[in-house]
Amino acid sequence: MSTSVPMIRQTAGAGAARAAARRRGLGSNRRPGWVTYTLLTVVLAISAYPIYYSFLLASSDSATIAQNPVPSLIPGPNLWTNLGRVLGADIGFWHAVLNSLIVAVVTSISVVFFATLAGFAFSRLRFRGRRGLLVFIIATMAVPTQLGVVPLFIVMANLGWTGKLVAVIVPGLVTAFGVFWMTQYLDSALPYELIEAARVDGCSMIRTFWHVALPAARPAAAMLSLFTFVASWTNFFWPFVVLGSSNPTLPVALQLLQASYFKDYALIMAGVVAATVPLVLLFIVAGKQLVSGIMQGAVKG
Amino acid sequence: MATTTAAPTSPRTSAAPPPSRWRNLLGKADVKLSPYLYIAPFFILFAIVGLFPLIYTAFVSVHEWHLIGGQGDFIGLQNYVDVLQQPRFYTALRNTFSIFLLSSVPQVVAAIVIAAVLDANLRAKTFWRMGVLLPYVVAPVAVGLIFSRLFADQSGLINELLGYVGVDPVRWHSDALASHVAIASMVNFRWTGYNTLIFLAAMQAVPRDLYEAAVLDGASRLRQFFSVTVPLLRPTIIFVVITSTIGGLQIFDEPRMYDQYGLGGADRQWMTVTMYLYELGWGAQKSFGRAAAVAWILFLIIVVIGLINFSITRRIASAAPDRPKTKRGGHR
Repeated sequence: MSTSVPMIRQTAGAGAARAAARRRGLGSNRRPGWVTYTLLTVVLAISAYPIYYSFLLASSDSATIAQNPVPSLIPGPNLWTNLGRVLGADIGFWHAVLNSLIVAVVTSISVVFFATLAGFAFSRLRFRGRRGLLVFIIATMAVPTQLGVVPLFIVMANLGWTGKLVAVIVPGLVTAFGVFWMTQYLDSALPYELIEAARVDGCSMIRTFWHVALPAARPAAAMLSLFTFVASWTNFFWPFVVLGSSNPTLPVALQLLQASYFKDYALIMAGVVAATVPLVLLFIVAGKQLVSGIMQGAVKG
Repeated sequence: MATTTAAPTSPRTSAAPPPSRWRNLLGKADVKLSPYLYIAPFFILFAIVGLFPLIYTAFVSVHEWHLIGGQGDFIGLQNYVDVLQQPRFYTALRNTFSIFLLSSVPQVVAAIVIAAVLDANLRAKTFWRMGVLLPYVVAPVAVGLIFSRLFADQSGLINELLGYVGVDPVRWHSDALASHVAIASMVNFRWTGYNTLIFLAAMQAVPRDLYEAAVLDGASRLRQFFSVTVPLLRPTIIFVVITSTIGGLQIFDEPRMYDQYGLGGADRQWMTVTMYLYELGWGAQKSFGRAAAVAWILFLIIVVIGLINFSITRRIASAAPDRPKTKRGGHR
């Protein structure tokens, strides 16, 4: 992700001020002692161990797992064997990986595009009903739409979409959270002068959006696509209901794996590892953005 | 504003009057209509996949409606009566609330405490924050699989550890309350870190001079936490509690994965309302009518609980003593 000027100003501004305040030596802001680090280490162990545990089991075998409720902290030798068995199992694991990837990539791109478009309108254009409509969008975030699952299924069945990826993709094409998020960001990051300049140069609205608003929105768009990707990759209920076992996404495939091989924990955990590793890698690369995304969203929300 | 300037100032306008008029009109339409066009995708999609299904749920719920057979006769409130006469519905309701309370209350408390620990001048700040957030990238289905093994009744890790300190093995799957604790711990595992970061951000927005003033008044660290930090976190606590209510009462993934059958246990001891909804609609009965009735009941419950939550959280958070008077006092 390329860092833009407003981004730098935000982090550097707030962070620098706080660092300065700390240097001035407020009693409570000296470097914390070992108690703090011990507590945090315990928290970190609790966050990381279950993930490592799935890796340990995935590299072991059924007999060893049955004998050792607490697995040895050193991985066993069978990870590749078990992963190979997952890919060979008759649930179409590769197919599920591909499906998950398609859904996550398409929804991420689409959410970013439509949310930025709407965010641009809400933050920088004047039109009748602007405030009311924005409040309405925010309010929809509190609507438990999962409860509309029965009619949504009926609609998809009538369209002949059950069992097809499009049934999972379409409902996620744009989200209220995304619109709200981009509106907030563009409010602070997109100067009116830039839009004015583009308009004076004879740009149409859509060109102004494409050449001015979209580039300015890049940092927030990157974060939004990350959140959308994670949400899509981990989504289970609706894909489970509408896709069924013939055309699964990864979480649905994991459920199938458990239903058919429930005694074989090495195999199931290998499936868990295969489904989780891509997001853990993404997290290592972009976790910083997720952290600051949540924290920025919190202050503004 | 930017949107009002464009067309008339174009140099071509003065050169050729007739086409300029057309351009002018187009320009005006562009300015007037574009905003609505840009926000339309959300509203169209929400209407089709959000609002319409919710309302249509009410329509389905007063009909006989079969998964494959489709719409049947209008039967009034019969589906609601059927559902409300089923003991299983109340079991599901009890389980949902039990799991919800076991996950939301400890989670909010833990998140605030961890945030308070993180709200210090730490070394490797980003590393600790990322560490807290790590479980967020694990799918609930995967968390369910991992934890159902950790909480296995026989030769599970948790029972083994409990054995080390002399506690008898807990029947994590057969005992109802124990299974709720196990499922709640999955939710807590995945979401505590996320909420911690939200609280941390809110804590860092608290003006530092408030703490300075508190220190001058002789307040201890603990007193500062309860008298300065917690009251100022009020809007954030309300936000977190409301979002976790909406999500928590619809919980499905984690209990679905707690055993290989996915029905909520032999006595349905951990079946939640959404699992019940799924079983009615897509299980043996294939009754969309009853499933829709359950959806509407749960919808009303969520609305009511949301309102109760809102008022309770407001009261608790504002009842803290010596609320400092600040510029931010009237916040929210």
